[in-house]
Amino acid sequence: MKLIFAAITGIVFGAGIALSGMIDPAKVLNFFDLAGSWDPSLAFVMGGALVVTFLGYRLAWRRSAPLFEPRFQIPTSRVIDAKLVGGSALFGIGWGIAGFCPGAAIPALGTGRWEVALFLAAVTGGFFLRRLFARAGIARMA
Amino acid sequence: METLFTPFSSFGGGLLIGLAAVLLMLGLGRILGATGILSGLVFTEGGEEFAWRAAMVAGMIAAPGLLYLATGFWPALTVPVSPAMIVVGGLIVGLGASLGSGCTSGHGVCGLSRLSVRSLVAVPTFMATAAITVFLIRHVFGA
Repeated sequence: MKLIFAAITGIVFGAGIALSGMIDPAKVLNFFDLAGSWDPSLAFVMGGALVVTFLGYRLAWRRSAPLFEPRFQIPTSRVIDAKLVGGSALFGIGWGIAGFCPGAAIPALGTGRWEVALFLAAVTGGFFLRRLFARAGIARMA
Repeated sequence: METLFTPFSSFGGGLLIGLAAVLLMLGLGRILGATGILSGLVFTEGGEEFAWRAAMVAGMIAAPGLLYLATGFWPALTVPVSPAMIVVGGLIVGLGASLGSGCTSGHGVCGLSRLSVRSLVAVPTFMATAAITVFLIRHVFGA
């Protein structure tokens, strides 16, 4: 039951990514191209997602536990460090170069485009790079 | 290259993305972060933690096809960058999102909705660097 629920959640998310235009790197890059072919559509994606999530989370948290797990697992860290800021800055640079982010690319894989598979393979490579750096002790990235 | 301004379908898609985030919190008590879900699959310890992530990713990949069967809608998808840029961008996305503990879905949608201070720092940071990167590539280096 839990797995069916997770799959349905994935379908709803992927349908949202496809319908919203987040799935299209041309549209994503145009959202950031304020000085050129600017397309503000993605502000509406974020707006719609935030309204539902902001209200829906508060309704969900009225329960003492989620439906299929004993407890809510919500990040509690409030630490603002170089890892958070530097990692986020890097993420934005990569997003601006490729036009895909992970949440858009996973559903985009379902369109069968090879570029998406290439991007996700590279993202996975980036996860391994981080592990490599952590092992080498560079900037204490562990 | 111009793209169409689509406020209604974008807002509608955003509502669905939000609904998915709420469903995952209601059902499994988790943040819907694509980076966390993907890296959880790659660096798996197997079992339940692998299974729900795999089911969710399978649903995500099936979504465009199911949406097409249900409504006849097929999304536009144009890749305006070179394969080399996809690889370099992807590596930096993977490295950055794992260091920064999140991306557009985890920090952007879920974190901001929780009013997480970390996400309130992360989101303006990556939006700014993305915009600066696109500006440099398109208007300074003229790619």
